[in-house]
Amino acid sequence: MTSTSPPTESKQDKRTDSSLGGLFKPIGGLFAALYRGIINVVDFVMHPLQDRLGVRGMAYVFVLPNLLIFGIFIVFPMLLNFYYAFTGGTRLFPQDRPFVGTENLETLFTCGNFFDPNTCRTDIFWRAVMNTGGYVVAQVIFLILLSLLSALSLNRKVVGRGFFRSAFFYPVLLSPVVVALIWKWILQQDGLLNGLIVALGGERVGFLLNAQWAQVWAVVISVWAQMGFYTLILLAGLQAIPAELYEAASIDGANLWQSFRRITLPLLMPTMFVVIVLSLIRAVQVFDQVFAFTGGGPGTATTYMVQFIYETGFSNQTNQYGLAAAASLVMAFFLLLLTAIQLRLGRRSDVT
Amino acid sequence: MKKVGVFLVLALLIIGVLGVQAQTEPVELRIAWYDDGNEGAVLRDLLDRFEADNADIRVVIDTVPYTSILEQLPLQVEAGEAPDMARVSAGERYRGFYLDLRPYLTDPAYWEESFPAAALQWLRGADEDGTEIHGFPNQFTVTGPYINRTLFEQAGVDVPSDNSDEVTWEQWTEAAAEVAEATETYAVAIDRSGHRFAGPAFTQGATYFDEEGNITIDTPGFRTMAQMLIDWHTNELTPAEVWLGSGGTYAPGAPFFVSGELAFYMSGSWQIGNFATNIGDAFDWEAVPNPTGPGGSTGMPGGTAFVAFAQTEHPEEVARVMEYLASVDVYREFVERTLFIPGHQNLGEIDYQTELPAAEQSLQVFAAEALKLSDQAYGLQYGSNAFAVNNPVRDRLTQAIIGELSLDDAILRIQEDIDAALAAAAAS
Amino acid sequence: MRMVLDYLTNTRGRKRLSFSDALTYLYLLLGTLMMFGPIVWLVASSFKPQAELYRFPPRFFPYRQETVIVPGYDDPLDLYNVTMDDGTILQLAQVRRVGIEAQMVDPVTPGEIVRVNINQRTPVESVYFGLENYAEGVTRFNFWVYLRNSIVVTALATFLTLLINSMAAFALSKYQFRGKDSILLLTIGTLMVPLSVILIPVFLVITQIGWNNNLLGVIVPAAATPTGVFLLRQYMLTIPDELIDSARIDGASEWRIYLQIILPLARPALAVLAIFSIMWRWNDFLWPLVVLSRSELFTLQVGLNSFQGELNVQWNLILAMTVLTLLPITFVFAFLQRYITSGIATTGMK
Repeated sequence: MTSTSPPTESKQDKRTDSSLGGLFKPIGGLFAALYRGIINVVDFVMHPLQDRLGVRGMAYVFVLPNLLIFGIFIVFPMLLNFYYAFTGGTRLFPQDRPFVGTENLETLFTCGNFFDPNTCRTDIFWRAVMNTGGYVVAQVIFLILLSLLSALSLNRKVVGRGFFRSAFFYPVLLSPVVVALIWKWILQQDGLLNGLIVALGGERVGFLLNAQWAQVWAVVISVWAQMGFYTLILLAGLQAIPAELYEAASIDGANLWQSFRRITLPLLMPTMFVVIVLSLIRAVQVFDQVFAFTGGGPGTATTYMVQFIYETGFSNQTNQYGLAAAASLVMAFFLLLLTAIQLRLGRRSDVT
Repeated sequence: MKKVGVFLVLALLIIGVLGVQAQTEPVELRIAWYDDGNEGAVLRDLLDRFEADNADIRVVIDTVPYTSILEQLPLQVEAGEAPDMARVSAGERYRGFYLDLRPYLTDPAYWEESFPAAALQWLRGADEDGTEIHGFPNQFTVTGPYINRTLFEQAGVDVPSDNSDEVTWEQWTEAAAEVAEATETYAVAIDRSGHRFAGPAFTQGATYFDEEGNITIDTPGFRTMAQMLIDWHTNELTPAEVWLGSGGTYAPGAPFFVSGELAFYMSGSWQIGNFATNIGDAFDWEAVPNPTGPGGSTGMPGGTAFVAFAQTEHPEEVARVMEYLASVDVYREFVERTLFIPGHQNLGEIDYQTELPAAEQSLQVFAAEALKLSDQAYGLQYGSNAFAVNNPVRDRLTQAIIGELSLDDAILRIQEDIDAALAAAAAS
Repeated sequence: MRMVLDYLTNTRGRKRLSFSDALTYLYLLLGTLMMFGPIVWLVASSFKPQAELYRFPPRFFPYRQETVIVPGYDDPLDLYNVTMDDGTILQLAQVRRVGIEAQMVDPVTPGEIVRVNINQRTPVESVYFGLENYAEGVTRFNFWVYLRNSIVVTALATFLTLLINSMAAFALSKYQFRGKDSILLLTIGTLMVPLSVILIPVFLVITQIGWNNNLLGVIVPAAATPTGVFLLRQYMLTIPDELIDSARIDGASEWRIYLQIILPLARPALAVLAIFSIMWRWNDFLWPLVVLSRSELFTLQVGLNSFQGELNVQWNLILAMTVLTLLPITFVFAFLQRYITSGIATTGMK
């Protein structure tokens, strides 16, 4: 039984017209008619299904495609990956691989002193872990600071706010490869940055050929490429703080710093928290950008965990899929921990 | 009844047409290929002529970067997604996945006469005593150094190899350093590759293999050469970008040589085509014999093979293409235009298509070098354990150069990595 | 002076420009410089020929060295101003340069070759925005094919993403059913698994399905984005349940409700997701890299990476092709930036 009850339709029409529809009336009209046609067709097909499954059953239908894709392309491979971690050998297909139990995990965790990668059996893995740790901490700190600063600046009544907002956001759109190439070009021995340094009287620096510099720049380009995104999120959080609070505070004689500390920070905390955790999780998974940027070099200075996994499984002469899978389990466990903490603390801050 | 009859006739007609259609659709074959110089263009030209004579076959060349052949192709092959044919440098990597061409060849004996047994055996697997033919070597390479003679002249430094047949690495380093200082360029460079490093290491007395084929890296000769590589970096005689600038992959020093900023460049014979095109006569370049040392004088053999994979759906057509490319005239033309050293033994006289004296001279030097290759060198290239060696050498030495590891630790690690890789392979 | 200062610090008559405002402007301007600067440098560099790119210190504008045809030489030769030993300055054409010596001839009456130290000469140049890098790049780098592939993948994946994510979000926000919480948890969980970790197993799955070297293998797996589901779900939670209930009472089926009520109402969130999806799919790199090995199927990012990986690193071409690669998304951004920035603000992080 199809329903075309006028009250529902007119309500919906009003909503439609209030957005983009007004500008493209004739095209909009065509689309609307087409859309209505599609609705009728779909309804015709789906109605019998609903009769059979009931309203609640339809929920499963809606969720199904997403679940299927998750299941086939993410969950199943995850489980397979889990299996791989306990196998050895160099063959690709799981059925060809011998079962070795926890040997891979043991190989990973055989260390004289966990803080000195040199004493570990898979020293590159632990170097990657330490590199990732340093990278994550540095990146999150600078991202938060700069995003906050930018959000605060963009929240003020400045001329050209929209332009600045877009300018800050632009690098977010660029692909990791493009970001890496742009900065690689600037940081060459004969590149722009060295040009400026020499013009100011200094000496050229091989930024990408020195371990510490390479690590610094890996953080810098990552912050550069992501800051706009988090700035906008914090900006939204800032704009949700009622202006009356600030007005009341300034009447009471509070200066900028005090109103920031007493009003802004506490009320922004939930949003800040989300930003911290999001950027943390993303930072742990860094790969594409740095790989295109330095390839993990020089030496292993900018080799991070995902690259270790990729190279152990992929680009070696002997593909050690098992070891790579074991390392990925370690990383997944760590991420799980992070997310659990997020949920825990997030729930707590929701209450307040 | 009439209707049934008409229907049947129509059906037969349709089937017949479709059948004919299917037959006249050209079979599409795919080659995974990479270029050092112009060989892709030459291959395309040769294949166009083949297609003109064989309208039922169409060959598509997928040109990808060398690192893609190294990294992605093995995965594709193992997963069952191999191309029909490919140009590979690590022939031993795909053993077991190759197509046996013998049943499809019109003249298998020709193949056995034309190509060295070692090369054909390389594709078969060390333990197989078989007779399968999986492809042919389309290029034989030798590693060895080039110099920029013009820079030597400008600096007023004698080229050591002019006066002596046995020049050591130390002598070359010294001479090149003088040249670099005088002309404000780099002295030496060597490609970021364990394969490239091996030749000099052997020359300095290193041995990788013992009689049983076991691998021991830590030898005085190896240490000497490793220390020399580190010192080149410490003393800024070599551009750091080569070994330090590109992370985990292969990196050639060629760009520095081509732009005239490098006096001495350790690479190999495959660069001749590249140099002929991109340097031309901008300056005087030439190949010089491999330096001499306690271990003699040797480079490393190498080369690429043109192979066919068993997963192909058109083995007969593949065989026809391979036979065409392996035939004497086509092979000779390919080699003449790409300036490759051939893997074919019976080409007769080769008239390299270059007027560049530098290219001709270099080819001669490398041809002579090819006769001097040591057993260790052959063992590293064609031995069954050899695959495990080059990458750890490259990666760990990089760590030693940047200071992450001491040389002692690096050598220990190389040995560990090799042993681990061999153990993993043995477990499969 | 006072009037000038007054004028400069006047902000539409509201209030004076305070110190903190000035700081803010400074920060924003500096920030814009930092954000756009590298890209401007990329674009400026992309017009320079290879030789110019080697020059150090680099100059901002692309210059082209003037060349001259000298009788007796086939190719045009570069023109220089040379300071001779006796102090006079001549315009000479360079035949060859190696190391610190240049061989030059008089362009008009070429006679003997004069050897000159490179420090005695300066090139004769003019500003020139040459498109040679682009022209040559496009022939060597199969730009149009890659562009087409990228567009196909992005468009189809975005459409699929919007469809199935909104379906799932609808179910997860407006229904109560068994397993709902576990599905939510599962969705969170998949956020944590970076593709690079499950690369090999996913590759195997794709191969078994037969989607290897097929654009579908790039489009379909990427369509179920956990972020998308969350985004839409958050937004849909704000749609009043009464609308749905009354529609049900009127006899509308669930699909009709979804298509006729929910989707139109969720338009802002859908727009944001669409933009995100376009961004993500356009920039996808690792996944297409693994699935696609036939070069005619490459997307722009994979093509660009493979281009930069070729043995003879030619920065002039890489730079030009990088600019081309980021142009499409820049256009999209320019037109849709209002929606992007306001969209993130409203649906961003609830």
